Formats: sequence, structure tokens, C-alpha cells
Amino acid sequence: MRAITVKVGLASCGIAAGADAVYRRLESYLIESSKMVQLKRTGCIGMCFEEPIVEFDGGDLGRVTLGKVEPKQIIHLLEEYLSDRMPKTNLILADQHDAKHNPLMASQMRIVLKNCGVIDPQSIEEYEETGGYQALKQALSMRPYAVIDLVKASGLRGRGGAGFPTGLKWDFAFEQPGPKKYVICNADEGDPGAFMDRSLLEGDPHRIIEGMLIGAYAMGADEGYIYCRAEYPLAIKHLRIAIQAAIEKNYLGPNIMGTDFSFTLHIKEGAGAFVCGEETALMHSIEGLRGMPTLRPPYPAESGLWGKPTNINNVETWANVPWIILNGPQAFRAIGTQQSPGTKVFALAGKVVGSGLIEVPMGISIRDIIYKVGGGIKDGKKFKAIQLGGPSGGCIPEELLDTTVDYDSINATGAIMGSGGMVVMDEDTCMVDVAKYFLHFTQNESCGKCTFCRIGTRRMLEILDRISQGKGETEDIQRLQELAQNINQGSLCGLGQSAPNPVITTLRYFRDEYEAHIVEKKCPTQVCVDLLTYTIDKDKCMGCHVCALRCPVKCISGKRKQPHVIDPAMCIKCDSCYKSCRFDAVVKA
Amino acid sequence: MLENTDKLDALIQKYQGQEGILIPLLQEAQELYGHINKELMLYLSAKTEIPAAEIFGVATFYSMFKLKAQGRHVIKICKGTACHVSDVDSIKFALIEQLKLRPGEDTTSDMRFTLVEVACLGCCSLAPVIMIDDKTYGKLAPEDIVGILANYS
Ligand SMILES: Cc1cc2nc3c(=O)[nH]c(=O)nc-3n(C[C@H](O)[C@H](O)[C@H](O)COP(=O)(O)O)c2cc1C
Repeated sequence: MRAITVKVGLASCGIAAGADAVYRRLESYLIESSKMVQLKRTGCIGMCFEEPIVEFDGGDLGRVTLGKVEPKQIIHLLEEYLSDRMPKTNLILADQHDAKHNPLMASQMRIVLKNCGVIDPQSIEEYEETGGYQALKQALSMRPYAVIDLVKASGLRGRGGAGFPTGLKWDFAFEQPGPKKYVICNADEGDPGAFMDRSLLEGDPHRIIEGMLIGAYAMGADEGYIYCRAEYPLAIKHLRIAIQAAIEKNYLGPNIMGTDFSFTLHIKEGAGAFVCGEETALMHSIEGLRGMPTLRPPYPAESGLWGKPTNINNVETWANVPWIILNGPQAFRAIGTQQSPGTKVFALAGKVVGSGLIEVPMGISIRDIIYKVGGGIKDGKKFKAIQLGGPSGGCIPEELLDTTVDYDSINATGAIMGSGGMVVMDEDTCMVDVAKYFLHFTQNESCGKCTFCRIGTRRMLEILDRISQGKGETEDIQRLQELAQNINQGSLCGLGQSAPNPVITTLRYFRDEYEAHIVEKKCPTQVCVDLLTYTIDKDKCMGCHVCALRCPVKCISGKRKQPHVIDPAMCIKCDSCYKSCRFDAVVKA
Repeated sequence: MLENTDKLDALIQKYQGQEGILIPLLQEAQELYGHINKELMLYLSAKTEIPAAEIFGVATFYSMFKLKAQGRHVIKICKGTACHVSDVDSIKFALIEQLKLRPGEDTTSDMRFTLVEVACLGCCSLAPVIMIDDKTYGKLAPEDIVGILANYS
């Protein structure tokens, strides 16, 4: 009999959905029943909307993936599987139903996430069994510059947002005089709505370490840092375990795999500042200082960490490297487009049915991502916009849904590829509110060094606040545009330069919503509470008094069994009356 | 004056002579004392010879450092984009109401809870999300809050 395995997805989002309780239930059951079943933990399987996820394999039914599993169900489901009966509930995917025809899986292509949700991230042996550290071995048998040539030929571009060609960047660092050089992995992932890097670090930490080792060898660095947000404790834990295991196997440390190459790797925990994702700020933060960006040049390659030549890449960029070494640049270029080869990992979230971690070939259309991979809009609502690139990015409207995913096409819309956050918005989302939300974020996170970024974003936020309160003037749109241009030109780092993007793109594609707020003093989606008025329809009101009891400020009056009234002067628009009325008598407009 | 400095002294000793120590030192000192007040900064400055102004600059720059005492349980409200469009504000208002916090206050008078907003907890498919200490609660509705808070004393 083949060994039956049970895998539980134990990434942060799985744990948040209750996967650890499922794991513990399985564990105690297997100890008691002494069944020949191997229980394993794994990382993010990707289908976060189905968490907690459990996968059975090795039985006659082949691989079966189950979703939304509760601890009380799991034993029954396992027993069904062990007696070769396909579980009737909770089924997401089964070999027999052919995963290839599942649109969610068929439109995806997993090279970076290949091991995520498959192997146990705490086991270096499982990583080795999938070909792990073979790329390092191969690279160490090449001349350093040949490795750089290979990365150049692959056309890999930085996945941290800007898309700078990785091989070229490595070449700059290679050219610099040694002996001391550093490589850094940027795992600060500060964009709200993005969790790709977290999932990768949690689910396949050795891949990133291997990528960094290959880069360090190529550029001549002997020391490296992974700068990780402190908000990602599980990622940090898995990295620590991985580094320790790699040291024991001589993949890290002195004379790696019997060569002259030595490399030490440290983890630095961030301390909560979005701007520290910017490379110069990040290095100051590692140095123990306030994380304020400094002017480039000099570029990190010339004068980086403690003044030494430094190369900094994003988590996903590093994770692509081992695959490229093993499969060659041509294989990489065969995926994606001419200018943007390879795949991209996205965190798909918001008002979409299938939110989760996805990896798609570049060149796929945004429409296919939302409707094929993501399964369309939640609750049968209408699509309004998709936000890419977080606070530095923008909103793409319906008419541009056929835009393909590559750096240049997305830039042309005014949004940016960004690091991979994709938040879907539906007809209930107010675009003025979204712009305000992002500006509030950047205004808060501005480090304060540049005047335009520090004060300009505040002025823009004040104008947006005014508009959402119904106090906007027609000239405000012009003012926003002028400020946007000045902030873009007058800021030193990407934070300020791109801070106006969410406003610019919503103004471009959803100007009618701004005008409704300014001219008609109405929020079409009823999100901006200051523009709402609550009244009671006296023909529908039964006088049940429930709303008056719920009202926190006691502004609803009326006798029992008689129509009630709301005092608009006192109303705080908390929506309790609207939610509590069983007769649809409360009207908000 | 700062009391019970044995553990702190050991910590300072551990980092002595290394580069770029200030942030991890403050992180661990905060774990010992719960927050970083003026006495602690002055003590660290005297022992490490890092100017107090620099310590204050770093402690105020990063949101992780707390300059005031925190409640026994910290409630983090996720302000990520997915949570925002899923109306996490209604959860925030429910929390403020339950905790009876006045404008400008973030900690309850009995020191039971501190309420903070954080950028993104990265569990976007569970939006709206809050985190209490190390436990994440997702797919919340305002009605859930009373029951959740009852688990904490
Ligand atoms: C405000 C700001 C925040 C940034 N945050 C991140 C981040 O969280 N992760 C990241 O990889 N790059 C971030 N970047 C981009 C980095 O500065 C840098 O370009 C990137 O790490 C380079 O890696 P790559 O070439 O592999 O993309 C940020 C840039 C700015 C201006």
C-alpha cells in the first residue's frame, strides 16, 4: 500500500481561518488510531477564499483537495477518503475531476510558487527533493560573470514594482571594487492589499535563500540581509529555520559546497514604516537609523549598506533566479511577453469570488485574471475597477479590462504593475473614497523629508475630505491636478513621486463621481456618509420603535404604532436604524 | 530612575560593539518593559553612548515603538485596501463603542485593551480582519465584536 499523506495549509491566512485547529484534530486522531497516514504541514495553497484547506493524496482516488474544512468534519472526510469514497462535501479539486480543466488552475502557471502549498517549508530535505540547491551547485560550477550573462539573457525584471532589469543591476554591482559587498532581499512588503512575498517566505523560504546565494556568488558578495516586516512573524520563523538548516548542510557559511565561496545571511526585522521598502531608506534602517530615503546617485551598487557596494532585489525576483539557472534563459523567455518575460505573482483580493495567491504568465489580460482565475465578482455585483500597485498605483476601469499584464501596458493606463496587490472593486465602491483612502495612507507614511510630499499630500487629502463632505468646489479638481504634478516633481523618492497616482487615475476614469460629489453633493454609491440623509417613510413605518431603541444618539422619536421621525440635526448617520428596520421604512439618500 | 535593569543590561551587553544595533535593541527593550519611555531612552543612551536625540528620533519614526503604556491586549484593526472596501470602519466603530473610547483615546481606562490601526495584516481574503494579540479574526460583522471581546480579561 502506498503511503497516504494529509497536508494542511498552515500559512498565516490558513491559520487565521482556523487551520491549526484542523491540524491538531488530525494529529490527535492519528495518534489514537495508529493509522498509516502521514500528516504534513505546508504553505499557502493559493485559494485563500477556501481556507482552511486540506489535501489528501496517495490513495486510489489520487489527490483530493478540500476547502472550508472544520475540525469536526475532518475525521469523517479522511475516513471517506481512506475507504476510497470521494468526499461529498468541501470538495474543491480532485485528480479524477481533472485539475487541468479547472479554469482557476488552467490559466495559472506556477514557477515561483511551484513549491508553495506543496512542500513542508520547515524541511530542507523536501526542498532538496524538488531539485532545491541544484541551481546553486550549477552556478558555482560557472564563472561568476557567466551567471550574470545568463540572468541578463533571461530578461528578468525586478518584481518589487519598478521592473528594472535584474541582470543589468547585477552587472553594476559586479563592476564595483570589492572585497566587501552586500546583497539584500527586500521583504518589507508594505503595500496594503499585498501578501505575495509573505506567502513565498512562509511557503518556500529556501528558494529565496538559494536565489540570494546565486546572486551573491555572481556579484562577489559575502554577506546578505533579508529585511522582513515584523508583522510577518511566521515568515521570520520559517526563514530562521531555513537558514539554520542551510548552515548545517553547508549551503550557507564558509566554503560553500567545498568551493571558495563563503556567505553569511542575516534577518533584519522591520519596525513598521512603509517608506523603509524604498531601497535607500531600507539600508538606513538596517544601519539602525531613521529610515529616510536619500538621493540617488550614488546608487546602492556604488555606495550602499555602510557605504559598500550593495545589490537589493525583491523577494519574488530572488525566487525566480534558481528556476532560470536550472531551466535556462530561453525557457524563461518562452513564458510571458517580449519585454516582460516570465510570470507574475499577484495577491487577488477585494470583491472577487476567488481571492487568493495566484501566479500567471505575463501577457494575460486583466479580464482573464478577474473572470477566469478569480471566478468573477462576488455576490453577482457589477465590476467597477481594479486597483494595482497599492498607494503608488492606480485604478483601471472596465473599458481597459483587456489591458495585458506587462510593465509597459499597465504603465500606459496610469497604474503600475507594482509588487502584486490587485484589489477588485464593485459598484458599491466610491472612487473618491478610494482616492482618499490611499492618500490618507501616503500622507501618514511620508517620512517628512520633502516638503511637497509632507505638506502637498496633506493639502490634497484636505481637498478630498472636503469633496466627500459635500463642501467641494468645481475648482478643486484643477487644484488636485496641480498639486499632483508638483508633488510628483518635487519629491525625492518613489513614495512622494507616485503618491498622487490614485487621485490622478480616479480623476481620469471616474471624473463623473467626483462631479456628483462636488456639484450635486451626492455620493452615488452612498459610501460618503456626510452626503447621506436618513428619513423615515411614514407610509411604511409601523411604529415598532426598534430603530429608536437602536439609535445611539436617541434622535428618533414617535409614539408606538405611529410613524416615527429622525431629527436630521442630531443624526450621526451610523446606519443602525437602516439596518434594524424590518419594513424597509428607513430611506437613505 | 529605571528599576530592575539586570535583563536590560544583559541585552545591552549582547549588542555591545556591533553595528546597526539600535532598532533590535529597542525592540527587545520594549518587550521587557512594554513601552519605551523617557527614562528608558536616557538609560540606553548612557550605556551605549548613542545620543538620546538619536534614540528618540528612531523610537518616534517607527510605528512599532510605543512611547506610552499599552493595554493588556492589543487590538489591531486592519486598514488594508481589501478591508477598507469591505467596510472595516463599521468594525472599528463597533469596537470604539464597546470599549467606550473617547476621541483621541486608544487605551481603555482599565488597561484591558489598546486599539490601533495597522497598515495591512496580509489576510486580504478574510476581510474585514482584526487581530487581538496573536489571534486573527476574519470575515467580521459589527455584531461579532461583543462576543469576541468577552474572551479577553
Ligand atoms: C515608498 C516605497 C516603498 C517600496 N516598498 C517596496 C517593498 O515593500 N518591497 C520591494 O521589493 N520593493 C519596494 N520598493 C522598491 C524598492 O525601492 C526597490 O526598487 C526594489 O526593492 C528593487 O528590487 P527589484 O529590482 O527586485 O524590484 C519600494 C519603493 C518605494 C519608493
